[in-house]
Amino acid sequence: METAILSRENFGALFESLNKLGYSIVGPTIKDGAIIYDRLQEVSDLPIGWTDEQTAGKYRLERRTDEALFGYNVGPHSWKKYLFPPRRRLWKANRDGKTLKIETESLPEEKLAFLGVRACEIQAILVQDKVFQGGTHKDPYYQTQRARLIVIAANCTEAGGTCFCVSMKTGPRCTKGFDLVITEILEASRHEFVLEAGTPTGQELLAHLPVRAATPQEEQRVDEGVANAARQMGRHLDTSGIKELLQRNYEHPRWREVAQRCLTCANCTIVCPTCFCSTVEDTSDLTGDHAERWRNWDSCFTMDFSHVHGGSVRSSPLSRYRQWMTHKLASWHDQFDTSGCVGCGRCITWCPVGIDITEETNAIRKSES
Amino acid sequence: MELVDPMCPLPFRVQKVSWENSDVVTLDLVPESSSTPTKFQPGQFSMLYAFGVGEVPISHSGSPTEPSRVTHTIRTVGAVTNAIGKLKRGDTLGLRGPYGTAWPLKEAQGKDIVVGAGGLGMAPLRPILYSIAQEREKFGKVALVYGARDPKDFLFKDEWEVWKKNDIEIHMVVGQSTSDWKGHVGHITTLIPRLKLEPEKTCAFLCGSEIMMRFTAFELEKRGVSKSHISISLERNMKCAIGFCGHCQYGPHFICKDGPVFAFDRIEELMRIREL
Amino acid sequence: MKSRKPKLAVWKFASCDGCQLTILDCEDEFLKLASEIEIAYFPEATKKVVKGPYDLSLVEGSITTPHDAKRIQEVRNASKYLVTIGACATSGGIQALRNFQNVAQFASIVYARPDYIQTLEKSTPISANVKVDFELQGCPISKHQILEVISAFLNHRKPQIPAHSVCMECKAKGVVCVMVAKGIPCLGPITHAGCGALCPAYNRGCYGCYGPKETPNIPSLMRWWEGELGVKRQDSVRVLRTFNSAAKPFEEASTQMEKEGA
Repeated sequence: METAILSRENFGALFESLNKLGYSIVGPTIKDGAIIYDRLQEVSDLPIGWTDEQTAGKYRLERRTDEALFGYNVGPHSWKKYLFPPRRRLWKANRDGKTLKIETESLPEEKLAFLGVRACEIQAILVQDKVFQGGTHKDPYYQTQRARLIVIAANCTEAGGTCFCVSMKTGPRCTKGFDLVITEILEASRHEFVLEAGTPTGQELLAHLPVRAATPQEEQRVDEGVANAARQMGRHLDTSGIKELLQRNYEHPRWREVAQRCLTCANCTIVCPTCFCSTVEDTSDLTGDHAERWRNWDSCFTMDFSHVHGGSVRSSPLSRYRQWMTHKLASWHDQFDTSGCVGCGRCITWCPVGIDITEETNAIRKSES
Repeated sequence: MELVDPMCPLPFRVQKVSWENSDVVTLDLVPESSSTPTKFQPGQFSMLYAFGVGEVPISHSGSPTEPSRVTHTIRTVGAVTNAIGKLKRGDTLGLRGPYGTAWPLKEAQGKDIVVGAGGLGMAPLRPILYSIAQEREKFGKVALVYGARDPKDFLFKDEWEVWKKNDIEIHMVVGQSTSDWKGHVGHITTLIPRLKLEPEKTCAFLCGSEIMMRFTAFELEKRGVSKSHISISLERNMKCAIGFCGHCQYGPHFICKDGPVFAFDRIEELMRIREL
Repeated sequence: MKSRKPKLAVWKFASCDGCQLTILDCEDEFLKLASEIEIAYFPEATKKVVKGPYDLSLVEGSITTPHDAKRIQEVRNASKYLVTIGACATSGGIQALRNFQNVAQFASIVYARPDYIQTLEKSTPISANVKVDFELQGCPISKHQILEVISAFLNHRKPQIPAHSVCMECKAKGVVCVMVAKGIPCLGPITHAGCGALCPAYNRGCYGCYGPKETPNIPSLMRWWEGELGVKRQDSVRVLRTFNSAAKPFEEASTQMEKEGA
């Protein structure tokens, strides 16, 4: 793999080249006290010189002592909003006398560049690939936007307080699923980016950039950076036999205990980059002759989610938390041959009462030993 | 590349409306376009869309060998099913499918068959009887064990004589007797010990409430029928029927694609867990 | 098929009229509504009164006087469907603050001749008085949701009014959580969605205008407020006692907290 160096002064060329190749750039930027993903116009839109402090139920932006572009950890948004939008109309229908006419929505035409995708987030996209385009049925929106996507990843050289990608074996180094990966090198006297292409598309992009070849020492800096991040993991999860562990503990008393704290507010599922559940909303207007079908993000924490004639199957908060966690860490393996958890820590940080998936799992494990 | 949205129903026209009793209706539906396929396998379901009201998963209850139409039997209990129940001959509704797993009829060839139905659970089982009738010689003894709350809740009464002619035994039981009822009263489970069957060569197909299926399966097991030869059909909330929406999860399974028909030995343990 | 237009009535009990104004605020949609249905009784909008029975009655306000307690029975009898709109009709409204105090004492302070005042001891939601077919929460209700409810009832379908938390709409909109990112106390996790996460989108905590969500876990949120955000017990009680103080889960939680003391 070709490794190249892009200087901080020339970083703007990445934006220009992506635009020239017809991509709209989305990536990290500061809004409302957090680093979120949004449209980016120029380098200065990036969270330059900012980082974040994260713990269970708490997130704070912090000023860095340097001017790093990628010196933060994952925030409340995930890339799934671009491939699997929170709310989307699937079709419109008209009833004309006794005839039913359905008109589908158009599919995305825009080419998107995801800039600053972390290793755990790449894994999350690969997990959702399995859900939305890996089976018999494909989601046309997801498939179309996914095909019109270039992934510019960023290796983590620092980890956040709720990170545990090392436990989930998804990071901190990006090893697959990217077109180009960036590692930021920041020292008193130099500010550069090590770039490696992962696909021919990435190579083509690289060819557009004012780069020079990296030296073996510079390549080594990438190893050191990700090793540093790996040492800083804020959380740890023992994944050995985790599927069997949870699946033999459906009746464990810990579920009752966590249900005392769980708000069933669904924040964990909405911030999770792999949670894919949705609901369908069929509506009609006042005339009753025009109908629409919408698909909205949904969550296994709502009562409606499991509603059948006669009531909800999972009416207790206990059963809803248990469904979410056992699905994520156990039954996902049965369904998609992978864990549903990528170790990004969002569910821990953004739980309004700081429930920690690693702590809950460890509690069940400890009770067995 | 033309991408077909799997969430788009296709228009079907109501050809025939038959009320089975006061709240259960059977609809024969023909596709608006002759290119729309109508093939399905016994046990599968489709999503039926009532214009502007919503969509519900409903099992196929018609004959799998009928080439031109599909048949569904629906209890009108909610907004969508009530809207479907109001449809008249010539009206249109949306349909997409068929989805899900089928009753393992091929594996049951050469064996004795027990079909166990509870109430509306008869609807997804009827296609089995049609299939067996087509190739009656390929199956051994066939018994239908059918329980309903009340005699008026039995479905498809006008076909019972045909089934009997096809050498299908019919055993019925009601939960509550009425003055004109001369048959058994109680639970379907009480009929199982009376069945003449050779357990090691028996296959059973059960559909009804979860509790009815579990206890019927236990009774069959007591008779020596292997759990792996007992199939049951499950129901959960379903929004997409194609594995995207997540609503129908049942432990590791998606009812929409891994089910609705499951071998009992695969899910017996899960059925013990409350609120799974 | 449509032999006659369905008749809509809008009734007012003890309330501020804000929910009725939301209906009037529908403007374009309101004109469309007027062409599809007959607005048979809606004093806030028109003097015209068409006699009942009505296909759909929207009821604003709570029951606070003996006269209204009788009148709501008449409304129910004249209505095929009865839908309550807003916090007053659904949970007793802000006037239900009296439920936690002695009304006679209040009246003696406020009125020169308290003996002229005919009022009930408690402000009760419509559902405590008559059968209700659907309750639309919110103070005031959302314009989008009231149109959805009317469309749903006229088309005999279930209204698409999710009972989940405000957090779900907040996150779907991409709003950054004010509680996690800024430490601002927010009722979003226990509050019914519908407002579109209005306050968090403007950098404020949710005030619970839409009342309790389905299965709210109020004690857990309040423990977090007190332990992690430094909110005082008496302030937590007051936050739960605003527009929806008499909504069962809010009432129970605030009463329990008051009992436990500081």
